[in-house]
Amino acid sequence: MPMRKVMKGNEAAAWAAKLAKPKVVAAFPITPSTLVPEKISEFVANGEMDAEFVKVESEHSAISACVGASAAGVRVFTATASQGLALMHEVLFIAAGMRLPIVMAIGNRSLSAPINIWNDWQDTISERDTGWLQFYAENNQEALDLILAAFKVAEDERVLLPAMTGFDAFILTHTVEPVEIPDQELVDEFLGEYEPKHAYIDPKRPITQGALGFPAHYAESRYKVWEAMENAKEVIKEVFAEFEKKFGRKYQMIEEYKTDDAEIILVTMGSLAGTVKEFVDKKREEGIKIGAAKITVYRPFPIEEIRALAKKTKVLALLEKDISFGIGGAVYADVGRALINEKEKPIVLDFILGLGGRDVTFENLDEVIEISKKALKGEKVEEVSWIGLRKEIL
Amino acid sequence: MEIPENVKKRLSLPAEEYFYAGHTACQGCGAALGLRYVLKAYKNRAIFTIPACCSTIIAGAWPYLTFGAPLFQTAFETTGAVIGGIEAGLKAKGYKVKGEDGIMVVGWAGDGGTADIGLQALSGFLERDHDGLYIMYDNEAYMNTGIQRSSSTPKGAWTTNTPGGKKHFLEQKPKKKVIDIVIAHKPAYAATASIAFPEDFIRKLKKAQKIKGASFIQLFAPCPTGWRSPTDKSIELARLAVQTAYFPLFEYEGGKYKINMPSTKKEPKPLEEYLKLQGRFKYMTKEDIAALQEWVLREWEELKKKAEMFK
Repeated sequence: MPMRKVMKGNEAAAWAAKLAKPKVVAAFPITPSTLVPEKISEFVANGEMDAEFVKVESEHSAISACVGASAAGVRVFTATASQGLALMHEVLFIAAGMRLPIVMAIGNRSLSAPINIWNDWQDTISERDTGWLQFYAENNQEALDLILAAFKVAEDERVLLPAMTGFDAFILTHTVEPVEIPDQELVDEFLGEYEPKHAYIDPKRPITQGALGFPAHYAESRYKVWEAMENAKEVIKEVFAEFEKKFGRKYQMIEEYKTDDAEIILVTMGSLAGTVKEFVDKKREEGIKIGAAKITVYRPFPIEEIRALAKKTKVLALLEKDISFGIGGAVYADVGRALINEKEKPIVLDFILGLGGRDVTFENLDEVIEISKKALKGEKVEEVSWIGLRKEIL
Repeated sequence: MEIPENVKKRLSLPAEEYFYAGHTACQGCGAALGLRYVLKAYKNRAIFTIPACCSTIIAGAWPYLTFGAPLFQTAFETTGAVIGGIEAGLKAKGYKVKGEDGIMVVGWAGDGGTADIGLQALSGFLERDHDGLYIMYDNEAYMNTGIQRSSSTPKGAWTTNTPGGKKHFLEQKPKKKVIDIVIAHKPAYAATASIAFPEDFIRKLKKAQKIKGASFIQLFAPCPTGWRSPTDKSIELARLAVQTAYFPLFEYEGGKYKINMPSTKKEPKPLEEYLKLQGRFKYMTKEDIAALQEWVLREWEELKKKAEMFK
């Protein structure tokens, strides 16, 4: 029988790792993710987890050790956030290029400067081009589930790409919620053993991994990553279906909420989706027809699902805890890619909010609705709006 | 070519080759020779990690392969961490790592990738005492990017970013003693070696295999391209570096130092014999040479004292 425990998001991630049985974990402490490796080392110390725990001297070395261990042909897990993820940046490309299905838990946190340890998505969003799959969890249960699913997708032979599962700093990492821990037997059945055919170090089979690729070969190698990411769209759907069958919880690339007759749909990710759904309920009581959608899988980007969503509404209002300076939120650009060649499309507006751990309030969301309504009436509004800025300290 | 059995018996080095023909090293490359010896020592029982350096190219571009052993190519500063990860992964898979006939997890990095950008990961590797061997092949500059100084470049040397010029702007700082930094970690085994003394090098490689824990070898590997030296002088230069005490051969094991032959009590040869064969030192003044000579002898005395104190 699955066990129900009250736990922090970080603990849920550590439990996911325990259930997935990685053979090597290499990690370095960083707020707000520190508790993930801490809990794992506790599991290892108590003999509840049979993994080599490599206590590295930086995140750069954490991911480098993960790359080495994964290349040796075993399941590998790590966790980090923010500056730690940024420090890993160059090695993230190597992990993807070498097709090493490492799974990493991220307590989504802002980046310096100014130094700030609280939640936004700038860390993972900034790694969107590295070739890693990206999942975003709404609550602690999703953090656990989406780490397990990440392993399954990452290790699928049609994919073989590393994956990161993000869950919001403090809002989830340090908040306790009831979490259902699936049966080990079922997880074993779901994941199976990781037995790579493509990349493993074997003295009897001398191969070179990561060799120099000349202009005559490099692009093909990159194309294979593109192809794997495209394949992942189908694989994720299969894995989510299997997950639902085994564990009873349903996941989708994009989860819709009261979208059928919505004039405005608020699109977001992570824990903000919880706030937004409550806001939708409140507004509907007031007779305002809005809906919500949560992007659970950000890489590969759910282009078809965004197109389907766009057909249902007049305004897509994107709520983003990230910014790509000089253009807007990263999701705005992604949604733009999905819709640009569609014949009929809604108005798409971008709202930057909740950066560096600032709470997103219903007042903030009211402002989003106000701007969206103006746009609906044909009034000119900013395409990218910063919500909740304190003008007195600008 | 097959070597007859009776000839094989007389050889002082293993006859088998695991570093195949067709590699892309420059003529007279000390690093290529070093790789050949490491592969001879470990046969196909070694797993190599090579970061960005000349050896990335030497090992061959896809789809060619000059190694008879698995090779993992990684980012510049990651060698120490990657070999730690490979060791953990192999152990988890049930392989015997290190020890008699154990698999050798070898990091092979240049002096820039070790003394500069890779120093942190090297320190982590040593401190965590991974069952692996880190070899720093020391050609005293960033040769792969086109001869830029590293912290392992000796004082007075010309490189492309210490070009001399009207202001006599040559390398200003003495060579960083990476081996001393390594020994400060009190590793299981550390040694210097030279491509001019392959028997000594292979003996050290075998020793590093037997001893459990983190091992380190700093291999002196001349680079004719970067040193502006004749391509047929690489071994002679490596030998002179030892004979002048510029690069003495020694081992550190279990807290003890041991100076190896031919770095003996005999007086070192004058440094100038070593310097004059290399274009990179041609801008040095007499005073520069005298200062470098003094530095070499002072370092040599220090090493002898350590060997005397910790024997």
